[in-house]
Amino acid sequence: MKRIVIIGNGIAGITAARHIRKRSDHPITVISAESDHFFSRTALMYIYMGHMAYENTKPYEDAFWEKNRIELLREYVQRVDPEKRQLHLAGGRDLDYDILILATGSKSNRFGWPGQDLPGVQSLYSLQDLKLLEHNSRSLQRAVIIGGGLIGIELAEMLRSRRIDITFLVRETKWMDFAFPREEAEMIEDHIREHHIDLRMATELDRIEAGADGRVRSVVTKDGEEIPCQLVGLTVGVSPNIDFLAGSGIETQRGILVDDFLRTNYPEIYAAGDCAQIRNPQPGRRPIEPLWYTGRTMGETLARTICGQETAYDPGRWFNSAKFLDLEWQVYGQVPPLPGEGEETLFWQDEGGQKSLRIHSRKDDGVVLGFNLMGIRYRHELCEQWLAEGRTLRYVLENLGAANFDPEFYRQHEAALLEIYNRQYPGAPLRLKRRRGLRHFFQLRKAV
Amino acid sequence: MSEPSSSKISLLTWIRGSGFAAFVVGLSVFLASVTLSDYRITGDTLQELAENGVIKEEHREALFAELAPLEGTYYSSVRAFLADVDRKISETNEGLGDGSQIWEYDRGEYKQALARAAATGPVPDRTTLFFWLSLVLASVGAIVSFVPKIWQSTAGIKNDGVFFSSAKSRGFWGIALGVFLIGFYIALYFFPAYIVNWIRLGDPVSQALRGRPADRWFFYGMMYTVVLLVMAVRMAVHYRHNRYQLVRTASISFFQLGFAFLIPAVLESMNKPAYDFKNAWPLDYDFFFDWNINNLTSGGAFGWFILFWGIGLAVILVPLFSYFFGKRWYCSWVCGCGGLAETLGDPFRHLSDKRLKAWKVERWIIHSVLVFAVVMTGLVLINFFSGQSGEPLFGQATPKIRKAYGFLIGSIFAGVVGTGFYPFLGNRVWCRFGCPLAAILGLVQKIKSRFRITTNGGQCISCGNCSTYCEMGIDVRWYAQRGQNIIRSSCVGCGICAAVCPRGVLRLETGPEEGRYNEVSLVQLGQGRIDVV
Repeated sequence: MKRIVIIGNGIAGITAARHIRKRSDHPITVISAESDHFFSRTALMYIYMGHMAYENTKPYEDAFWEKNRIELLREYVQRVDPEKRQLHLAGGRDLDYDILILATGSKSNRFGWPGQDLPGVQSLYSLQDLKLLEHNSRSLQRAVIIGGGLIGIELAEMLRSRRIDITFLVRETKWMDFAFPREEAEMIEDHIREHHIDLRMATELDRIEAGADGRVRSVVTKDGEEIPCQLVGLTVGVSPNIDFLAGSGIETQRGILVDDFLRTNYPEIYAAGDCAQIRNPQPGRRPIEPLWYTGRTMGETLARTICGQETAYDPGRWFNSAKFLDLEWQVYGQVPPLPGEGEETLFWQDEGGQKSLRIHSRKDDGVVLGFNLMGIRYRHELCEQWLAEGRTLRYVLENLGAANFDPEFYRQHEAALLEIYNRQYPGAPLRLKRRRGLRHFFQLRKAV
Repeated sequence: MSEPSSSKISLLTWIRGSGFAAFVVGLSVFLASVTLSDYRITGDTLQELAENGVIKEEHREALFAELAPLEGTYYSSVRAFLADVDRKISETNEGLGDGSQIWEYDRGEYKQALARAAATGPVPDRTTLFFWLSLVLASVGAIVSFVPKIWQSTAGIKNDGVFFSSAKSRGFWGIALGVFLIGFYIALYFFPAYIVNWIRLGDPVSQALRGRPADRWFFYGMMYTVVLLVMAVRMAVHYRHNRYQLVRTASISFFQLGFAFLIPAVLESMNKPAYDFKNAWPLDYDFFFDWNINNLTSGGAFGWFILFWGIGLAVILVPLFSYFFGKRWYCSWVCGCGGLAETLGDPFRHLSDKRLKAWKVERWIIHSVLVFAVVMTGLVLINFFSGQSGEPLFGQATPKIRKAYGFLIGSIFAGVVGTGFYPFLGNRVWCRFGCPLAAILGLVQKIKSRFRITTNGGQCISCGNCSTYCEMGIDVRWYAQRGQNIIRSSCVGCGICAAVCPRGVLRLETGPEEGRYNEVSLVQLGQGRIDVV
């Protein structure tokens, strides 16, 4: 029996706790300074928008934890002492552990702008941030959001749901230009503007000004434009939440450095989720990936290792998804903003700019490298299978109908993408083999 | 799409506001109309009653004689009027022999008929005007308040403020609506004499369709259909980006308007049995009651056709379709109860109880009701076939069981609780906890069906929109976040979980049974384990 302590009750820590419990009887304690119970951080926006109550964001009922003998502790860990295998808690208590899992997540970035700590300036990451936002929303008319990323667009959607005017300053010339090809980036930009959000691309923050009451009064851009506002949302990314580890002897860089088995330089200390920095990431993956599913995968992986089934962390092929206001996005595999050397891209977009399909492939052997979908849902497992099997563009196109994951009766656009391909390569025109339809209802055997 | 100008937006807001105002006026007229009558029995009243045949031949003379002294008396309150009528019926009974007493059921019908015939005032005098000023005005107003939303906001999931809304989150207006609905059902089932003015508002439509005045069941069917259709417009506007929801909403509207309302009314006008061809046993719990079977078997070829259709629907079509499409083909595409739940009830879907405990309670109650319905039908049938030759099985127990079922399940559970509790417990209370047909469909769906909600690999972010908006209280997220397909007997396949999912994780699917129950671990996903329908 080993006493397992997990710092952080987010998706990584909680997944680890659940899977350790599934596989063992070790005593488990989960410590969080943020909330009594695990809640879904991804749903914070929906609380503010009135789509859900806080209770709805908890993936497990409160009784679940006791039933599964997972002890929850609402505390803040001030210091870790790896030599004594001990934690020092803010409440004055010390806590011993045999195995420690660091799953402390992220903190919001601030880049030293003048005025960034004024009342009315905030980020959005934690439950406390949400409460602060609720407080800051009183008599709020105009907000300025700094930073065009996933949290920025969420904050914009939240504030729009309460009819608050928004100016949205984005440093990049094209929306999330590290992730999106130009066409998709423009679709998203148009979509944001359609929601009455004053989107300013290629605009940077210079400073934040205070009013007579000491609260934020306006922001000034690098071009010298002053935009009056009562709230500034700083959503310029996150970085690992590891300040409390300084001087502990646990090796860190930007995040907590871990090996393939998510072990730190101390063999009984592991790190998972946003706060972990993988020493040797797999090709196509970054050392720190603050994503929901990587946290989940790491949690499950290290539960296996801790319970005796040594398992290396393998995030698999890249995938992701998000929703920009009403516009859904899914990506499977590698779809760079610009095709690399010897690569090509096949793209279809509907007239209204609400939907698009993109398949990225290698020119010489035609092997498909990735799928990028806007407003259309695709089947993860099938895309993953095609990518794993190294299927060619021609094969994938002919069978593309099977990958569509949109609800029944939706218009299917795979044929339109094939048409574009056939126009480019008129030699041997492709025909869509599988289209979902009525006969699918009665199909009796497995098709793939 | 270009950004609408602010003048266009304010025009749309104004139109919607006017629509809402018209709705409030129509609703107010409707609410007021129930009290807008005085009551007076005249010679004409009795003449009318004698002609329409509600009062049975054997009671007519004695009852009319007792009522004669009331002729000309004015009642400004329906309660006082009914108290006197009730007394007169009791006095009539004293003079009638044991064999020809006015029993409970007839007493209710007579009171209702008398109240209706004796009512005077604006509603009886100008029924058509009130019909337009209440039902038509409220319906048109409501539709006008919904439709301009199409141009006011972008298409997509718009649940903004649902949890801040008084009406949608058990606040004052929610409670008020619940109390009104419960009161409506109690009056309709147990005190129809008090709402004769409302029932009368069904006359214009009833006359047109059936050539006779409305009775309370026609009035109820009409109200049900109107409310369902009006709220179907709201549903269509709300989910206009989602073709599954549009097709499904069109389907339930079609079945309610055609199958539940128009066809039975037209059949009645042709003196055929007023049958709802989509209403399957055991939801249609009295289909196998002796009076219905007698009615059908004596109704010529058409009656026999209905009898065979009803049996075929329950025994063949229900399990077969559920095998191919899942329970949804009935519960959220065809059924009237489901139809109202998916339209009027849509704003309340998040109020369903998601706790594990609720699921346990649900399974006990719904399967108990199923057993109740099956045992009752069995007893009724046994007695029907052996009835001619000797003592009924369990003596007089069967009629009592029948009556208890009709009261407890048919009226209280399905009506008062089923609809009245929308604003308290969500829109599928009856379907989830009570409906015996849903129980059968659910068993098929769970055990032998091609239906499942597929979970899309590793995309779930556990946000909980799916669970929150599941009207059946299924914790969809529980399955989705572990990569497991959702196969639950209670799932009615409304498709809202898939609609509200921000990451494209869920899809309602029918496909080969193989691999229907699955689980995809993310760790395995990284290692290329594949499971595809």
